[in-house]
This record gives sequence, structure tokens and C-alpha cells, in this order.
Amino acid sequence: MKSIVISDVKLSDGSSVSIGMRDGVITEIGAQISSDYDETILGTGLTALPGFVDLHTHLREPGKEDAETVLTGSQSAVAGGFTAVSAMANTNPVADTAGVVEQVFRLGKEAGLCEVFPIGAVSKGLMGEQLAELGAMATSAAAVRIFSDDGKCISDPLLMRRALEYVKSFNGLIAQHAQDPRLTVNAQMNEGEISSTLGLAGWPAVAEESIIARDILLADHVQSRLHICHVSTAGSVEIIRWAKSRGISVTAEVTPHHLLLTEDLITGYDPIYKVNPPLRSQRDVEALRTGLADGTIDIVATDHAPHPREDKDCEWAAAAFGMTGLETAFSVVFTAMVKSGLMSMERLVEVMSTAPARIAGYIGQGSLAIGSPAHITLVDLASDYPVNARSHLSKSSNSPFNGLVLSGRVRDTLFHGVAVLRNGTLTGERFA
Amino acid sequence: MSNLLSINDLTLDQALGILRTAAELEKLTEGGAKKLPTLRGFTIVNLFYEDSTRTRISFESAAKRLSADVINFSAKGSSVSKGESLKDTAQTLQAMGADAVIIRHGSSGAAARLASSGWIKASVINAGDGTHEHPTQALLDAFTIAKRFNLLNNEGQIFVGLKVAIVGDILHSRVARSNALLLTKLGAEVTMIAPPTLMPVGVAAWGVSSDYSLDNRLAEYDVVMMLRIQSERMTDSYFPTEREYARRYGLNSERLGKMKESAILLHPGPMNRGLEISAESADAENSMVLEQVSNGVLVRMAVLYTLLGGPTMVDEVVKA
Repeated sequence: MKSIVISDVKLSDGSSVSIGMRDGVITEIGAQISSDYDETILGTGLTALPGFVDLHTHLREPGKEDAETVLTGSQSAVAGGFTAVSAMANTNPVADTAGVVEQVFRLGKEAGLCEVFPIGAVSKGLMGEQLAELGAMATSAAAVRIFSDDGKCISDPLLMRRALEYVKSFNGLIAQHAQDPRLTVNAQMNEGEISSTLGLAGWPAVAEESIIARDILLADHVQSRLHICHVSTAGSVEIIRWAKSRGISVTAEVTPHHLLLTEDLITGYDPIYKVNPPLRSQRDVEALRTGLADGTIDIVATDHAPHPREDKDCEWAAAAFGMTGLETAFSVVFTAMVKSGLMSMERLVEVMSTAPARIAGYIGQGSLAIGSPAHITLVDLASDYPVNARSHLSKSSNSPFNGLVLSGRVRDTLFHGVAVLRNGTLTGERFA
Repeated sequence: MSNLLSINDLTLDQALGILRTAAELEKLTEGGAKKLPTLRGFTIVNLFYEDSTRTRISFESAAKRLSADVINFSAKGSSVSKGESLKDTAQTLQAMGADAVIIRHGSSGAAARLASSGWIKASVINAGDGTHEHPTQALLDAFTIAKRFNLLNNEGQIFVGLKVAIVGDILHSRVARSNALLLTKLGAEVTMIAPPTLMPVGVAAWGVSSDYSLDNRLAEYDVVMMLRIQSERMTDSYFPTEREYARRYGLNSERLGKMKESAILLHPGPMNRGLEISAESADAENSMVLEQVSNGVLVRMAVLYTLLGGPTMVDEVVKA
């Protein structure tokens, strides 16, 4: 394996260093390091960050390979600077058995571009009725630790309680998609003045907040860990802030799109903006930004949800929910949070890499320490560029950011010391 | 103006233009001109994804009186029931040479998608999209009101001083949305009356006031517009029973008696006699239900005229 040095690169705190790696492991970091490396990556003008870690990714395989595969999703991930993604369970068949999660895990290994950690379903077939074989998935080769019925809410309080309790025996984590199904029957967009004017069925904030409040109380009662997927309302932030102040073991994620986009975009009925949970108001966006900056919200997760063209090239009600996000996540978070002065680059590293790795227990991810696997992303913070969804490596191009000018761009990604992305282009190399 | 998707697409002058064109067309028809040659050679498609006999017939009749060729496309028993997408259906109609597509669709925004997504070049007229809008219904209601109160020759906001109540399932009503926008644009003072469960969130943003009681100010309204109540609203717990709804929000003869003598009663139809409106009220002298139907054809002629022919053609025909 080639030894590589990244020379004259900045760290997130602004200091200039060189980073050396041998056999895929970081061996040296400092202003002055040894010089006998096989290859030098000139880091001048770039910033080195630990590879990003996504806890919420839809890779669509098995079942929806026309939208994405584990391979194309991995390519999209490294183009966005991610060195670990978490494949959501709502595939077909559902990832509710050891067999399916092992298949996804193996496909990730074969792709060799980033780590692919399968998420297991909480309930059999995502039906919300009966627990899936959580223990079997946990002890499988995929070693699943996160379980989620994402796309569907575990609305039955008893099933939720049992799930929270059951995963304690193998330190598992339940990631809840908080959406009361009865309060969101046929819901299409955030409930408010705009939904009323557009005649689209409203998706009230309380449908999310009531489930979050209930689950926080349940997690406290059974002394288990709870993770809240894609928080989207100001009220949810308040409830999570309260829970944390009480020492309840809850973590939360926010998506890049909920940090930047608002419901106003829907007035033309373009389904590119159709997503679950829905885009909310400016007030919600501001509360989410504050919550992410002050630590109420722990991490950014993409909820990358690729869909084939025909599922968005139609009328609003017929369109699928979801947006791609892997390849724009860093730029969106940098633009909305760092460039705007709301948080530091160190905090960005925390929310996009360190904290998700810690929450999920992804050992070796989220660190630039000597001795860690060399999962490194180089970004150019001075770059402003228009997003071009057609150039994305994802198999789908349903990006709501298409055409928007964003700041901060991912240039290179190293996975186990292998440069899988250079200057924004796949090198064709993989980690075997 | 090449499409009519929402009342928001119309300026005050354009809205007045359509109403006045309808009045001119009425004079022409009353003068014996049953059919006008204006749109000869034009192909107009009625693309109806929902059953709606009266709206479809009204548009068909309007188009035929202007000598256009009309194609009726109903989703039932067509390629749509075989899973064809809106885009493919629309492009098929375009390929057959449609100059205008009149679309009725169950999905809010379907007309807007058809007009703005680059799928087709034809003019798009919204004949009702989900729970969003039904602009030609609002125009025909405004025309009915303007005629009755003899306001068409006024300038600017011709409905200033007029009080209008819209009563019923505001939440799910495209008629209510279009009327709120148009009647306030024309200067009327509009009040939405519904049980709280059927009142949209943030309805004040429409420029209207709202009231949970029909009896509160019933004697003040110049126009009372009753909306149809769908029976499935009851099973979804928007209100307890039909009987309770009729008692609290139905226009019965007692309430009819409390209305201003000059006030008129509108209903977009089809009516549920005995639910939102009693038979006495529906057949009362000040009920304009049948006028609404005949005005509907005139207003839709005026819309087709304006979109496909343009004002100069209107002038020519009117002069002729």
C-alpha cells in the first residue's frame, strides 16, 4: 500500500500541518514531518477534516436499483466527503433480517469506497406491529447498532417501549422517524398559511413534536438511548433542549435541507421540494440552526433519498417524498452555518463527523488522531460554485439545491489512506 | 395571459375584462347569435380526471358556441386507468394539436404543473385542482353578483361595500379559495363561515374575516354562498352528524327569513338539499343557482375568448 503525505494543509482550527499516512493509518501530523512518502497530495489552500459520517442514507438496494445502488451511493458519498454512511432499512425486501443487512454490508465492502453500515428495521416489514430480529442483526457480520423504521413512525407506544428496552442488551440505538400517522393522513406540506393557500393537506408541527415528547419520556422511563431523525420544527428543538437539560439520553439530527430551505419554495408545486418531514417556515429554520450551533441538535444527517426522474416529473400528490443530499451536505452546512457566522469549523467537524461516529459507535471514524484509519476529506473553503445535480455521482438527480450557488467544496476523499476522490473526481481506486 | 390557473394570475383589470366580455357575449346571444365563429379551427380538450358533469358540459358548451372543436377526455376507461402519467397524457393531447387544455384534477397544483413544467405549449385552464382553486367558478359567481346588483359598469373595485358570506367546508373547497381571492380583489368584504374543524389555518392571510357562527351577522350579508358538504367529512369527524351540521350551518327557511331582503343566495352545485341548504331556500326567489349555471357558460366563453383570441378579437366580434 502506498504511503501518502498531505502537505501544507490546514486543520479545522486554522493551523497549517502536513499529515502522513502509511498502511492506511495516520502516522504523523505536524508542521515538520518526515519526507519519505510514495506520494504527495499538495494541500495548499485546502482544509483537512476527518471524513464525514452520515447516519441517515437511503441507498435503495435491494429493490430500487433504478434510483441508487450501494455502489453508486458510495460514489455519491465520497464525492460529498463521506467515509461512512448508514443504509436505511426501508428497502425491498426490508432490512429486517440478518440476511438482508449482511447483503448490504457485503455490497459496501465490495464497493470499497467508504464504510456502509446497514441500519436494521425495528419492526418486521416496517409494519409497526412486531419487533424484527434485532438481536440477530446485531450479532450478524454487519454488526447492526442502529435500528429504525424510517419513513414510517413507530406510533404504537408499547412497541416503541419494547424496542427501546430490548436494544439495551447489545447497546443498540433506536432512531425514530417522528410523525404521528393519524395527524398526517395524506399530508403534503407544512401546515400553515401556505398550505391553506395552495390547498395542500397540512402536516402540522405537533405531529412531529408529540411523538418526540412521548419517546423522550419513554426513553427516560426505560433508561435507554433514543435518537431522533431529521428534526424539523422549532417546537421539537425546544422539547429536545428540555430533555437534555434533564439529562435524558437523547440525540438528534437535522438535515442540510431543513437548515437552508423553507416551505415558500413550494408555491410553484414543483415536487423537487416534496420531502418528509416537510420543509418548514423560516422561524423553524432559524431554531434548527440555533439548536445545531448550541448543541441541542447533535449532528447533521443527509436523509439522502434518491428517486428516479419519473417520480418527480409529475403532479405534486403523485410525486415521491425525498431529496438527494450526500454531494451537497458539506456545502450547505458550511454556507448556512459557518459562513453565516453561526458556528465554527470545529463545530462543523463535530456535527458531521465526530459526533455521528460516536453516537453510532463507528470505531475508527471521525478522528484525525495518529493511529486512526486515514479517513480524510479535503475541502476548499474559498470556493463558491453553482450546484449542478446532473453532474452528481448519485444515480438520481433530485437535488433541491440544483442551480443554487453554495460555498465550500469537497475536493478529495481518502478512505483507509486510499485516495478515492481527487479534485472532485473518482480516481477508480478502492480499498480492498 | 395564456393560462388561467389561479385568480392570482388576474389583475383587477383583467378580471373586469372577462366579466365585461361575458356581458357583451350575453348581449350577442340575446340578439340571436347562438353561435359565434371566433374560435373556428381551434381544438379544445376537456381533460377531466374527476367526474364533473356540470363543469365539463359548461366548458364544452362554451367552446362549441365559439365554434371550437371539443375533445372530451375523461380519465375513467382511458389510458390513465392503465397507469399513464399526466405528462404523457398531456403530451399526447399536444401532439394531436390541442390549442387549449381545460383540466380538472384531484391533485392541487396539477394545472400549474401542466402549464409550468414545459410539457406542453397549449393554454391551460384550471377547471378545479384538488382543494386549491376553481377560478372560472369564482368568475361566474362574481358575474352573477355583478349582474344582480348592476355593478358591471362601475369602475375599479366594483364590489366595494358589498358583504359576502361563504359558508361551509372552507378547508376543502377550491370554490371558496378562488372566490375569496376574486371577490376581495373586486373590493367585497368577505367572511368565511365554518365550524373550526373546516376552517383553514391562517385563513386571514386570504384577506377575509372568519366566523364560526352563521347566525351572528346573517342579516348583514348581501350575498350568501353555500358550499357543498361531502358526506365523507362526517366519517372523518369534522362534525358529529349531518343533522347537527344542518342545524348549525344549514340555510333553512328560518335563516332565509333573517337575510336582507335584497340579499341573494348562491350555491356552486350540486346541492345537498336538506343538508347545507333546505329545499325552500334552494328554490327561493333570491336563489341564483340556475342563473349561476347559465352565467357559467358565458363566463367560460369569455375566458376562452380572452386566452385564445385576445382582446382585439373580442372587439371585432363585439363590433360585428
